[in-house]
Amino acid sequence: MDNLLVAENIVKKFGDYTALNGVSIEVPKGSIFGLLGPNGAGKTTLIRIINQITMPDEGLVTLDGVKLQSNHIKDIGYLPEERGLYKSMKVGEQALYLAQLKGLTKNQAKERLKYWFDKFEITSWWNKKVQELSKGMAQKIQFIVTVLHQPKLLIFDEPFSGFDPINANIIKDEILQLREEGATVIFSTHRMESVEEMCDHIALIHESNKILDGKLIDIKRQYKSNIYEVGLLTEQKAETEKYLKENFELSEANFKTINDELKFNIKIDAGQTANQLISHLTSKGQLTHFVEVIPSVNDIFIQTVQNN
Amino acid sequence: MNHLPLIIKREYLNKVKNKSFIIMTFLSPLIMVGLFALIAFLTQLNNDKVRTISILDESKLFVSQFKSTDKTKYDILTNVSLEDAKKIVQESKNYGLLYIPKADSIDALADKIKFYSEDSPSLMTMEEIERKIETKARDIKLRKSGIDPDLIHKLKVNVTANLETFSGEKTSKLGSTLKLVFGGAAGYLLFMFIIIYGNMIMRSVIEEKTSRIIEVIISSVKPIQLLLGKIFGTSLAGITQFLIWILIGGILMTVVSTVFGINMSGSPMASQEAVNQVANSAEMQKMMNLGMQEVLNLPLANLAIMFVLFFVGGYLLYGSLYAAIGAAVDSETDTQQFMMPILMPLMLAIYVGFFTVIENPHGTVSQIFSYVPFTSPVVMLMRIPFGVPIWQQLLSVAILFGTFFLTVLFAAKIYRVGILMYGKKPSYKELRKWLKY
Repeated sequence: MDNLLVAENIVKKFGDYTALNGVSIEVPKGSIFGLLGPNGAGKTTLIRIINQITMPDEGLVTLDGVKLQSNHIKDIGYLPEERGLYKSMKVGEQALYLAQLKGLTKNQAKERLKYWFDKFEITSWWNKKVQELSKGMAQKIQFIVTVLHQPKLLIFDEPFSGFDPINANIIKDEILQLREEGATVIFSTHRMESVEEMCDHIALIHESNKILDGKLIDIKRQYKSNIYEVGLLTEQKAETEKYLKENFELSEANFKTINDELKFNIKIDAGQTANQLISHLTSKGQLTHFVEVIPSVNDIFIQTVQNN
Repeated sequence: MNHLPLIIKREYLNKVKNKSFIIMTFLSPLIMVGLFALIAFLTQLNNDKVRTISILDESKLFVSQFKSTDKTKYDILTNVSLEDAKKIVQESKNYGLLYIPKADSIDALADKIKFYSEDSPSLMTMEEIERKIETKARDIKLRKSGIDPDLIHKLKVNVTANLETFSGEKTSKLGSTLKLVFGGAAGYLLFMFIIIYGNMIMRSVIEEKTSRIIEVIISSVKPIQLLLGKIFGTSLAGITQFLIWILIGGILMTVVSTVFGINMSGSPMASQEAVNQVANSAEMQKMMNLGMQEVLNLPLANLAIMFVLFFVGGYLLYGSLYAAIGAAVDSETDTQQFMMPILMPLMLAIYVGFFTVIENPHGTVSQIFSYVPFTSPVVMLMRIPFGVPIWQQLLSVAILFGTFFLTVLFAAKIYRVGILMYGKKPSYKELRKWLKY
């Protein structure tokens, strides 16, 4: 697959502390790439290296096959986790300044800002000072400034923090829209549900090492546990339970139902298929519920980190 | 991409458009001039009060010395006892009572003179009275020894050495004073500028850290560009403010002194007699001409060029250090521990300048400190009016700018690491570690 950004064997040390220990990632073009990891794992350091804020001690980062260099700044849009604006500056002035730092001319910047301000219906903020804005309002400005120069690569570090659900949704839709238009997105967050919803690739960093990466769907397949959530309506409950226990590994299940039925999580062996399980079940009663348990990103995250 | 002009422009406009900056710029000279006017006015008011001093001279020798003036009235008491005199003075609320007893000899009398008053009398009043008595007493003693005081006066010779350099330039002691004034003003101006606007740079760095915009900015700009942009932008704002101060201050001084007729330059201490002596207009004219001559004799072009060079160099040197401090801390209250190493050499420069250079402009200490880059801007500026060979000046400037490039590299390293460190008050040990990152 065609990769937009490739980081190979990145090592970064701060004194005696190793922040990144030979981390490699490949971000495919047009993907939404989730960069995950517990606090202090080294995500922000990696993101700063991609932004050329800090230099790696070892390793190579290429963007579109070219070694990272200073004119790549205009190809990257970065919304850091620790973000803010100049408090005493006016919104419009500030947006213009930041856009110009990214290499836009003043007129280009004005035109595009007008488009975004209209889109978010915030044209009236132009002459307000930032200190008059609420946190959520300021976040919107920061989002606009990040995407304004139409970079190939967008990096969002906790983009939804500070937004109410409605605005978080607006931002989410905008990110998806930008991906449609051809941008590649690196997305770092602790909100696993948004990773689930948006990312198609993930990498998991833990204690300076990458411990997992790949297509989200492949990872889920890899982590699938062959467990099925089952509801069975039967008269002879005790007998059925005994029978199932002899043939399968059972555990408690908890799902909502309208019937008074047996509820189990049933794990099948590698050699068995779902069909075999179903024929066992149907022979004992009426099957009301049958779902394959797919591991959530949350589960994968916790499981992988704890195993390391 | 070079964003330096853009950054300088933002820093400059942001400072200049700031409300408190505008208020400070226009209000400070008003306050200063107002204060001067107030002091001058109060001094005048203070001196306007006429003092009455009663004199009881039992020896009858000194009465003729005390002639009333506009400011002091002498009330001569006769035929009263000391006790009565005291009562009279107390009742009339006069300033004080001077009591001169009868004595066998002048020497015996000298110890017995007394001055009674409600509170402690002003030093100036006492000095004047004592001088009057001393003059008269000396005259009396001279006469007794058979010497005519007038003769002594006539025989007195005034010696003023005519100073001239080997190259034939005429100078004077007035010239030396002028040189001190020029050098001192230049050095002190630079000192003030560094402290005021160095702090401003520091605050502006801290502001970027606390508002958390820094990471957005340095994903677009190299930290060193931001650092330099800050230093240059703030300097320009500072120079703007300084120029406005000088302009407004000058205009106000002129207006106030003409409208209110308050003589601000005249020292209120100057006694009446001294003024009378200089009042001779021909003498005055001569002094003025000589002064002008001396100013023109100063190496003015040299001084102006070097002032600019040392000013820029010194300010940049300290400005980069202030920026590094700003980057290292989270809030202004944490800056104290790092301020000492900056203020120490500055204070040293001012002390060396005002004590050692005045004592001997070309002494060893003065020479050494005019090459050390952290003190050279102040010390060398104070030495230049006394004549320093051009090559020495250039060497000092070269050292200064060389050091500036080193400190900027040093500051940039601290800055690069420090601006992304939040919520931490680093120690010197940690700062050393940052240099290695």
